[in-house]
Amino acid sequence: MNVGSPAQPETTPSLAKPRQNMSAGQVALWLLRGRTLIVLVVLIIVFSLISGDYLTQSNIISMTKHVSVNAILAIGVTFVIITGGIDLSVGSIAGLASMVAGFLLFRGLPMFGGSLWFSVGLVILLALGVGAGVGAVNGIIVTRFGVAPFIATLGMLYVARGFAQIMSNGGTFPNLAGTAARGNQGFHILGVDSWLGLPVSVWIMFVVAVIAIVVTTRTPFGRRVFAVGGNERAAILSGISTGRILISVYVISGALAALAGMLLTSELAAAYPDTATTYELNAIAAAVLGGTSLSGGRGTIIGTVMGAFVIGFLSDGLVLIGVSTFWQSVVKGAVIILAVVTEQAQQRLQKNLASRAQAA
Amino acid sequence: MTAAVLDETTDDAVDDVILIADGISKNYGGVHALSDVNFSAHRGKVNVLVGENGAGKSTLMKILSGSEQPTSGHILLNGTAVELSSPRVAQAHGIGIIHQELSLFENLSIAENMFAGREISRAHSWVDFAAENRRTAEVLERLGLNVKPTTLVADLPIGQQQLVEIGKALLEDVKILIMDEPTSALSNHEVDVLFSVMADLRKLNVTIIYISHKLDEFRRIGDYVTVFRDGRLVATEKMANTDTAWIVRQMVGRDPNSLFSRAEGTPGDLILEVRNLTAPGAVRPVVRNVSFNVRAGEVVGIYGLMGAGRTELMECLIGSRATIGGEVVINGKATKATVRSRMKAGLALVPEDRQRDGLVQAQSVMDNIVLSILDRLSRGGLLGSASQTRTAREQVDSLKIKIAGLRAEVTSLSGGNQQKVVLARALLTHPKLLLLDEPTRGIDVGAKSQIATIMADLARSGYGVLFISSELAEVMAMADRVLVMAKGTITAELAASEVTEEALVAASASDTILEELE
Repeated sequence: MNVGSPAQPETTPSLAKPRQNMSAGQVALWLLRGRTLIVLVVLIIVFSLISGDYLTQSNIISMTKHVSVNAILAIGVTFVIITGGIDLSVGSIAGLASMVAGFLLFRGLPMFGGSLWFSVGLVILLALGVGAGVGAVNGIIVTRFGVAPFIATLGMLYVARGFAQIMSNGGTFPNLAGTAARGNQGFHILGVDSWLGLPVSVWIMFVVAVIAIVVTTRTPFGRRVFAVGGNERAAILSGISTGRILISVYVISGALAALAGMLLTSELAAAYPDTATTYELNAIAAAVLGGTSLSGGRGTIIGTVMGAFVIGFLSDGLVLIGVSTFWQSVVKGAVIILAVVTEQAQQRLQKNLASRAQAA
Repeated sequence: MTAAVLDETTDDAVDDVILIADGISKNYGGVHALSDVNFSAHRGKVNVLVGENGAGKSTLMKILSGSEQPTSGHILLNGTAVELSSPRVAQAHGIGIIHQELSLFENLSIAENMFAGREISRAHSWVDFAAENRRTAEVLERLGLNVKPTTLVADLPIGQQQLVEIGKALLEDVKILIMDEPTSALSNHEVDVLFSVMADLRKLNVTIIYISHKLDEFRRIGDYVTVFRDGRLVATEKMANTDTAWIVRQMVGRDPNSLFSRAEGTPGDLILEVRNLTAPGAVRPVVRNVSFNVRAGEVVGIYGLMGAGRTELMECLIGSRATIGGEVVINGKATKATVRSRMKAGLALVPEDRQRDGLVQAQSVMDNIVLSILDRLSRGGLLGSASQTRTAREQVDSLKIKIAGLRAEVTSLSGGNQQKVVLARALLTHPKLLLLDEPTRGIDVGAKSQIATIMADLARSGYGVLFISSELAEVMAMADRVLVMAKGTITAELAASEVTEEALVAASASDTILEELE
């Protein structure tokens, strides 16, 4: 648990005495665990002091909307990273899904000399299916052919982006509004509309996050994801079919990438093949910032979401106060490195406290 | 039997003392890891330290080698007080330490390993390989190792690697050599080599402080034995004046005959039938034509040397290693060779290497225990935290696992308790036959005894138990039947009544018989 309350060890009478001496360490550990939240709060305070426009309702909502795309990508990637893998292809999958949706809405599926048109709901499902399918291919390459996840998904980064370009021969599908006659209106709902004062994409992020939290913490599948990442051999000997788990996390990552791609496309009301280029890096950064360990076995969804908020609120804040894009890049990179440094400090402190508790 | 015995004079003359730890205490927070320990190391002798895990041996060794500072007390070297403020200072005083885990660079040569971090250089820039190789050759000769200094460490068998590790300490002109369980990875033959090197060192007046869990081993080599219990030094005695029972009594504070127990039940139905099992290996089959049975209520031991194929056999049984022939029949039904189908049929494996194969290290004790039965603990797809806690708590209580709390990280437990966590997870799958690979390796005597009791209890309640052990005493005391393996095949099958040390050793080393067969 990175951001939530630290696990409460059951106190035994013998632990009561040394506890007093350790309180400084415990407090430090607690602060380190909550660092993403603390950083977020500090960011908001600093930027709102510099610029009066930062903490306005409309700015917060628009920043959160930006965050939602990256958060959804990052949640998917988090599943993969917890298993000890990595998914570099999510940005390209988002682009491919965007083009699939655009193609189906703008051109329709060519058939019998004419075009077959699908409703928006069906288009979304098909695009999600393409994302999940590409993820499944990633998973199969990793598990069946034993290719390192970094290489497999790096390859897929190019392949999926290539297919995205092939779909329109490099061009853009400019109008996704659909017509009443074709029964495919309403794609704008995803990225443009609001519900109860919040953008639909924020609601989607919220629902995805809640489901992902429940899956990771409360379901057998989620726990197996952690077990496979923590120690694959132990997982196998516990009767877990690790191949199935691994393929599943890439499927989740691919499907969520497709969802993120469609949010972007809907907002722009146009599908172009470069959608979400390099977004995989922001997603990985959010996961790492949120305390997900690249070596696997550790991480939380809430941390990842928080990480996405930090990245989004930081970028938008820097834009708002007029920092040049070059310096934005420097700051963002420094924050990511700092996050990993503090993660290491947390691990060390945790180990120290644990060994002291054991000596007790 | 060894030089140790020959060196002993019949009177109780006390040998010269080189190092005294005087009134050493060490507290971590409010915890007393060492309480007022007065330890003396005798010059040119093998001073054995024994005690259960957490008894304080390692803490004392950390203090003597400079990596920890005592809370109170001081250290006298040759009668003068010294402050060992860092490992470097300790080395300068001639105190070297060899840790339990090897710390070698497998990708570098022996000489490069020996001088890693302290290369001999010319003009402060260039490594003087000739000088390094020359000095390494001297050390290797001293260790009786007939290999070139330029040999890659990766190409050495593990026993010789251990000797290289010792050679590193010797380079420093070491006067006191601390060895922390150096034999845990060695075969019987390699232990012999190590012991002859130790005997040589002793002749060169090097003082050895030797930590070990293996009673039969250190009795061969030790001159003095010091027993630790609960952070206190409870007894020091000349080895010749002690016997195994005395040492064990000091360690655990009770009678050793109660250490191991046997189920002594009447075997029931056949649970496991293995027929002509063969698994391929790089040079020869690692498991070849193995056939045997295990019945309900039976504890069957597999004895053999390292590399005899015991672990590989276990892996074939649980389905994690591919086989090229043979059948595994469980409860009369042939099974597919996958881990899931074998587990479903009623097998569960507690692996040898807990860190590598057993524990999910980042997770809590509870998460580790319930990992194998997540489906059973979930309702409507969601895990119930109450049912998890209850299940884990029951296991912790029934196996007497010592933990700070169910949510404590599993790596914070001692070796014996980690072993019990892995065992609990295996038991929760309700196996009919439990496979235990070296269940007592690296855990202290008290925990060994508990594991043995658990195994006997399981057999009494109708489980079959198949376990691997490298310790003669253990396999003889615990098993109703012993299978001996050598070079991938079963070379002997002995009932408890006919097991003798000689028979086991002979069968485990029957290379010649096998060569004739080929």
